[in-house]
This record gives sequence, structure tokens and C-alpha cells, in this order.
Amino acid sequence: MNAIDPTLTGKNAVKLISGNHACALGAIAAGCRFFAGYPITPSSEIAERLARSLPEVDGVFVQMEDEIASIAAVIGASMGGVKAMTATSGPGFSLKQENIGYAAGAEIPCVIVNVMRGGPSTGMPTRPSQADIMQARWGSHGDYPIIVLTPASVSEIYSETIRAFDLAEQCRTPVVLLYDQVIAQLSETVALDGAGHASATRKWASGPRADYKPYDGGSDAIPAMAKPGDGYRTHTTGLTHGEDGFPTQNPEAVTRNLSRLFSKLERHRDLIDSSEALHCDDADVVIVAIGISARAATRAVEQCRAQGARVGLFRPITFWPFPEMQLRQATANARAVLVPEMNTGQLRLVVERVLAGMPVEGIHLFSGEAIAPSDIAARATALARGA
Amino acid sequence: MYIETAADFDVTDYLRKEMMPHFLCPGCGHGIALRALLWAIHDLGLDRDKLAVVSGIGCAGRLSAYIDANTFHVTHGRPLAYATGLALARPDLHVVVITGDGDCLAIGGNHLIHACRRNLKLTCLMLNNEVYGMTGGQVSPTTSETRLTTTTPLGNQEPHFDACALATAAGAGFVGREVTHHVPKLKELIKAGLEHPGFAFVEVLSDCTEIFGRKNDMGSSSDMMMRQKSEIRPSAYLDTVDTPFRSNALPTGVLTRNDRPEYGAAYRQAASARAGTSS
Repeated sequence: MNAIDPTLTGKNAVKLISGNHACALGAIAAGCRFFAGYPITPSSEIAERLARSLPEVDGVFVQMEDEIASIAAVIGASMGGVKAMTATSGPGFSLKQENIGYAAGAEIPCVIVNVMRGGPSTGMPTRPSQADIMQARWGSHGDYPIIVLTPASVSEIYSETIRAFDLAEQCRTPVVLLYDQVIAQLSETVALDGAGHASATRKWASGPRADYKPYDGGSDAIPAMAKPGDGYRTHTTGLTHGEDGFPTQNPEAVTRNLSRLFSKLERHRDLIDSSEALHCDDADVVIVAIGISARAATRAVEQCRAQGARVGLFRPITFWPFPEMQLRQATANARAVLVPEMNTGQLRLVVERVLAGMPVEGIHLFSGEAIAPSDIAARATALARGA
Repeated sequence: MYIETAADFDVTDYLRKEMMPHFLCPGCGHGIALRALLWAIHDLGLDRDKLAVVSGIGCAGRLSAYIDANTFHVTHGRPLAYATGLALARPDLHVVVITGDGDCLAIGGNHLIHACRRNLKLTCLMLNNEVYGMTGGQVSPTTSETRLTTTTPLGNQEPHFDACALATAAGAGFVGREVTHHVPKLKELIKAGLEHPGFAFVEVLSDCTEIFGRKNDMGSSSDMMMRQKSEIRPSAYLDTVDTPFRSNALPTGVLTRNDRPEYGAAYRQAASARAGTSS
């Protein structure tokens, strides 16, 4: 019945799998038919799964000579019209940045998975971290927008991988799927219900070649893409370009194109935004967290509530563009905000900016360990009691 | 055998006229190489809707924008990696890479050796003008010993790469070299490369007259062309395998040709064989 795993029957099959396994299955369900990668801990299981699965669905897996070649091949495959993904971890994510900027500028859809491990440099390959959330947004040079998704469970890795492909295709942008080593290698049950998912497809060029402009954003700021072979014979470049796709340094054309690039994501925030608020309505203290830290915080909220402390949790699922409005709503009645994260303060910096004037405190653990629910609960309870 | 007329070939049919005038300097060899490529495409009657040209950064990288086909001007050193993804995902396309000596052998050197080893069907045209022209004339991996560049004011002390020997050693199925002095021969070499079923590496010895030639007192563009002619040795080993390589003069023509299995077809074949056993 199922090309990926014959033990799966029906679209609601439930399996006990790891986060990286879920990512590979989500990619196949979303229509990914090309993967290029380079071995790196703790993301290699994604490549290993897809090396087996992609040929079974007429897709292509290739292990490239390095991290840069992997993202380049992914963008090349997507230029050819095929949904494509790569997966890596910190050092590889750094190496891929120049070409992620190319995909953002030339508007080539692709999905980049970064399983965060301890850094900087080679750091702690087998230990978790959440220290790449700023790099995911600002890692390539120049000004560009990008979408970054931060799932917090194995099940959510599956569904967010599917959503990553949908957003990449719909918005013609690179999408980064960012999660930590803990949920990457944690095993949980997942309902594999994505197979029946109506995958989003790219807006393709149609109509006469003479009328077609490759970077005309039209009514929704998302240009229709020409598929090689369809007769449009367009030019794609990393140089600043005009609506015709050819290089230009005309100040008006450069400004117009970059402005459209940014407005493209802003105009589709209803599609892109995703966050979750737990017990925030009456909360004196709101915890803001992502990934495995949000899992610990969920438990902490239960512990705080059991002791009568009014504590809530706000969890960005789409991290970039940051859900600023949703965070302000979730903290409307709060007296303080607590940010537990596995880095030295990257998320806290964002929260402090969005909630200017609000007391914001952080729990920053960068020892290669996940934050314990009891540590979050203790501090949140104290804050709720005015300490 | 190379004396052919180009009566039925009009280069302007293959160029994007809206991109003219081009930006190449007077005397630059790259325009000649571009013409030879387009002539080869014409001779083979390739469908330009199915032709994809991927180029890197530098003077050679800019050429893709002039070709009326599906063209992709990508990041510095990476055109072979982009082309690998494109060709694997779209085996129906004919993918050609245009790169320069810096793009291909310095920043992109790793991609070149692995593309040669992998043997995916791609035609890689490396235009070698011995210098980083776009950035103002710095030393490149193919700059000859003792030559002056803006970053070798004492004369170049580093040995230069022999790109064809490198490609052959790395396993390329087709390796050839030609000079811009011999346009019909260059066209025939590119044609042979385009027709090769696996990875084809074609080195074109091109002249940078404005920057490299001027810096080294090499005379006019025609003087530089005559120098090309004096420095090469048309290959006595045309169409043979395992060519003995180094000699006093640079060999030109087809230097390596073999029929190793093409990677894309081999991969698809293995995938369908697996599908056949598991169903």
C-alpha cells in the first residue's frame, strides 16, 4: 500500500519514530523529490532515510562533496521545478549561508533543515542547543526575508516539514526548519496523516512569452516562475535584477525589487504565522520558549498551576517572521516574562524588543543539556509571587 | 577537415539582443568562445527550450546572460554543484556549465574534481584567461609562472594548474582543450563534448588583453592570438584513452575519452531495479 513503509496502511497510520525520521517522512508526504546533503551529526538520519525512500517515489538522493555543494544542488533542482530539501547542523548551516541568500534573492523555493547542536565551531556534535535562531534569520549577507519554523515535538516535525514545503512553494522562498538535537533523536508516536495532504504548488508562468516578466510580483507580490522546458528561456541571477530578471543597478528598480521581496512575506502573514498560547489569558507570568525548552516549559506551567501560580506559555511555531502581535496579545495581562532557552539570550533579545518596558528574565543554559521543567517552574513561580 | 563555412549559422539568432552591447573588453577571447559554443549548439540542432546554461562568477560567468536559453547565473565557484542538482532533477534538460579558471579551479575546485568523478552528463566549458579579470587582474590558479598580476608584483612564483590533467586524473569521461585562435576546431571540440554521454570538460585558452596582456607587455590582441598558436601542440592522441600528457607544448584537441557509465542513468537504473525486486 505505502511506497515508504509496507507496514503502514491507511493515511492515519501511527508510528513510533524519531524526529529526524519524521522529517524525512514529512518531506516525502509534502512532495519532496530531491535531496542533496552531506553527513553531519545530528542530522544524518534524515539523509539516510531519504537515500532509501526517494528512489521508491521516483525521486533523487545525492550525497554531495560538501555542505556548499549540497545547498547549491538543492537550489539547482528547484530551479528545474522539483521540490527539494537539504539537512545539516551548525557548521554545515554556516557553510550554506551564501547560497541560502541566493535562494532568497532569486526567489527559489527550498527547505533547509538545521538540527541545532552545541557551538560555536565544531562545538558539541551530539549535544543539543538553540543557538542558531539568529543565524537562521540573519546568516547570509545583505537584506533579505526568510521563513524559519521551530517545531517542538516529533509529531510537529512531521507536520511542520510539510508546511515548510507548502510555504516555500507558495511564497517562493527558502524555509528553514530549525529544531534541536533532543527532538531530532527523540522517539514519539506520530500520526502519519500527511499522505493525503493537498500539497501547495508553485505559481508557474503561463501565457505568451513576450508578456512574461520573471520578477513581476503581480497582485500578491509573488512572481510566477518559469519552468525550464516551457519555452520562456528566462535568466536567473544573484545580481540585483529588474522585473525582466536581468541585472540592473538602476536605483528605482533595485529599491522596487527589494521592497517587493520584503512585502512578499509581510503580505502573507496569515499563511505564514503560527504560534501557540497555553493558559496565557490570566497569566501573571508568561514563559516564552521554543523546541525542547517549550516542552519543558509546558510541564513547568502544569507544576506552577498546581501550586496556584498563574503562569502561561507562549510558543512561536513560525519563529521568523516573529509573531510579534501574537506575543503582545499573549502577554497583555502579564507582569513579567520568563525566557528559558539553550543559548546565552537570543530569544530574550527578541522578546525584550517586542515587549519594550516589560520585565523580561532569561534562563540560559548552554552546557549541552536541556533545561529541566523544575528549574523553569521554580523561577516562574517566584516571579508570579513578585520575587 | 576543420575548414567549414558558417553560412547557415547566424550568431544573433542565439543571442539575447536586448542584452547588447555586451560588456566584454575589446580583444577579449570570451566572445569567441561564446560564438563557438553557440555554433556547436546550432550544428547539433539542440532545442534551446531544453537547454540550460549555468554559469558562475567572473567574466566567463557573465556569458550565460547573453544566451537565448534557460540561463542561471549562480554563486562564485558553484555552477557545477547547481548544475548537478538541475541535471539530476531534470534529465530531460541538456545542461551546460560556463566557468572561468578562478571560478572552476580555485573557489570551485572541489566541485570540479567530484563532477569529474561522478560522471553526470554535463558539459563544462572552462574559459582560461590566466587571471581574475572581473576583479581587476589578480593571480589565478592557471597564471603562468613569472607573470605579473596585481597580486604578484614580483612575478608569479606558484606553479599553475594543468586543468585537463586534473580533470583526467579525477576521472572525467571527456577532456579536451582548444584555443580561441582556432574557432572551427574549438566548435568541433565543444560539439564532441556536448555529444558525450557523461561529464565533459572542455578547457578554452582565452586571452585577457586589457588587463593581463597589458600588465605583461604582451602586445595587441592579435599578437596574443599568435602567441596562442605558437604555444600549443595539436594532439597526436586524438580520441584515445589514457593519453600521455605533459609535453613541452600544451596539447589541444580531445585528450581523454572513455565510456564510463553516466551517473544519472546508473542511478535511475538502480532505483528501478530495486523497485522491481521489492514489489
